Amino acid sequence: MIQFNAADLVWLLPEIILFVTASAVVLLSVIVRPEARSGLAALAVIGALAAGWAAYGLSDGNVELFSRMVIVDPFATYFRYLFVLAVLGGVLLSVRTLQTEGGNRSEYYGLMLFAAIGMMVMAEAGDLLMVYIGLELMSLSLYILAGFYRRETRSNEAAIKYFILGTLASGIFVYGLSLLYGLTGTTSIRAIGEIVSAGGLSRPALVLALAMVGTAFAFKVAAVPFHMWTPDVYEGAPTPVTAFMSVGPKAAGFAVFLRVFLEAFPAAQPDWNNLVIVLSILTMAVGNIIAIAQTSVKRMLAYSSIGHAGYILIGLVGGTAVGAGAVLFYLLMYTITNLGAFGILVVLQREKGRVETLDDFAGLGKTHPAAALGMLIFLFSLTGIPPMAGFFGKFYLFTAAVKAGYVWLAVLGVLMSAVSAFYYLRVVLAMYMQEPAAAGAGEPMSQPSAVLAVTIAAFLTVGIGILLNPLLSLAAASLPKM
Amino acid sequence: MNLDQAFFLYFAAMIVVFSIVTITRKNPVYAVMALLVVFFHVAGLYVLLNAEFIAALQVVVYAGAILVLYLFVLMLLSVPREALGAAAHRRWPVYALVGGATTFEIALLLARSKFAPRPGPYPPDVVREMGSTQAIGTVLFTEFLYPFEVISLVLLVAMIGAIVLTKKWTPAQGGEEGR
Repeated sequence: MIQFNAADLVWLLPEIILFVTASAVVLLSVIVRPEARSGLAALAVIGALAAGWAAYGLSDGNVELFSRMVIVDPFATYFRYLFVLAVLGGVLLSVRTLQTEGGNRSEYYGLMLFAAIGMMVMAEAGDLLMVYIGLELMSLSLYILAGFYRRETRSNEAAIKYFILGTLASGIFVYGLSLLYGLTGTTSIRAIGEIVSAGGLSRPALVLALAMVGTAFAFKVAAVPFHMWTPDVYEGAPTPVTAFMSVGPKAAGFAVFLRVFLEAFPAAQPDWNNLVIVLSILTMAVGNIIAIAQTSVKRMLAYSSIGHAGYILIGLVGGTAVGAGAVLFYLLMYTITNLGAFGILVVLQREKGRVETLDDFAGLGKTHPAAALGMLIFLFSLTGIPPMAGFFGKFYLFTAAVKAGYVWLAVLGVLMSAVSAFYYLRVVLAMYMQEPAAAGAGEPMSQPSAVLAVTIAAFLTVGIGILLNPLLSLAAASLPKM
Repeated sequence: MNLDQAFFLYFAAMIVVFSIVTITRKNPVYAVMALLVVFFHVAGLYVLLNAEFIAALQVVVYAGAILVLYLFVLMLLSVPREALGAAAHRRWPVYALVGGATTFEIALLLARSKFAPRPGPYPPDVVREMGSTQAIGTVLFTEFLYPFEVISLVLLVAMIGAIVLTKKWTPAQGGEEGR
């Protein structure tokens, strides 16, 4: 029996701040006049910043709360920062397109904040029950966000597809949990770890449970062969939502992956290691190779984000501390860069019609040099060209693989990066080498907040080299317990 | 085979059979009725597990509330018979094969496993002594307080979503043409 201690709630301050802000935004969006609704975006940004500040204030904590349902440790804090970044990017990118396409309904920002709470619950979970509830909170918010721009049929289709496949993944996850509970009699991640380490569990059921839990995580991070939903959903969802969706849930999925597989199943590592290797190879290969065939830049970025999930999976192989640190570091690089890349698509958007195809990018270097330069930076970073953020991320991931004794996997990762250079640089080629298409498409609309977000992301992507050491030591200090 | 096992087999078999009926009926009303049978038999399983309170909730919430809601939606939509389309997808043999193989595989793995969890803090005799309602209330508001609160957020999001996605837009919101 536990006693409830109100002082414990302090440790949940970031979530509480996000919840209060989200509720305020949802309530106010009924009252506030339509013209003043972008003020609610400002409120959401302030709330997210306050949550980030609260997370910083609690960053030296290492506590377990509420019968170990919640763990606030450096690992959770690191992911709190990541999710604050993702939600800030998502809100700032959305302001203008929500007015033109989304019916200007500002409940949108509330849902984004709720999704961020769900991600935080996942990253802090000390119990598989909390993992599941956090997953549902995040996914439910994202299903709605994906279908938020109701006039767009593609947006509706994306929401339905995401919802149906997402529910299936949740079902498989819960089935896996029920098997684990049947084997161990507990849902606490640490208690499961102790029982699995003690050995004597029935192996077929354990492997089956691992496969099912792994399937659900692979679905959330869009790893092949559970990636089918990704291109359609990323392409159909409103672009700012895609930007948010391509970084937040992916980071949350990997957070849970690290926490559960390294803490609960280190003893079963030989069993899941091969699964992760196969997932990683398939994900890198399919994501990068299909991306070559895309003519829509948005869809290309969707496949590229599948490919990146493959690189990150390399860091999990072997289950080493170096690998886990590299995953944390890479997730930060990926979050900044991918928010920026999708952000450019948002910034270029016109009053009528999105800018998505490769042809739209032709001659961009002449017509909109600043946007083209930004895209160049983000694409170089995704390819992994020094001194961009993505280079350092990949460098540490592949180094970790070599140290864990998987040299061939690192070589494969580098090869796949070379493949990815082909389709990333094709966009750069179109921007700088081709002549702009005939005028008449109209000018991009003015979106100060989105431009601000993209500019910050661009500076971070280029300047990450300066901050490299503090960030690396932050990631190294934020490892999950193993 | 003792009586418990016989009842379990009966309930489990009915759940499987009527789940299949649910997803294969062309007429949605039949499907909903088959689902009703499934829900009642799931409640039966809960009774076998000494969880009378959850069994009652299962009947009240699922059979009583959710199914009635389904029926209301069906009635209000009044889907014309032609629009229902084919009951089975034309590639159903492929799906049946994949599904059957997966089921077989899971069954095979489970049949070769042993489940022997340690008894938790609430074994059947403790629950029987304090009553299953009280036992659930106690753990729900102590050990599981935090998950209980977070689930309320999930429900809140679902409500916001239902309103946002279905409420009519005013013309100022870009109104819906002919919808």
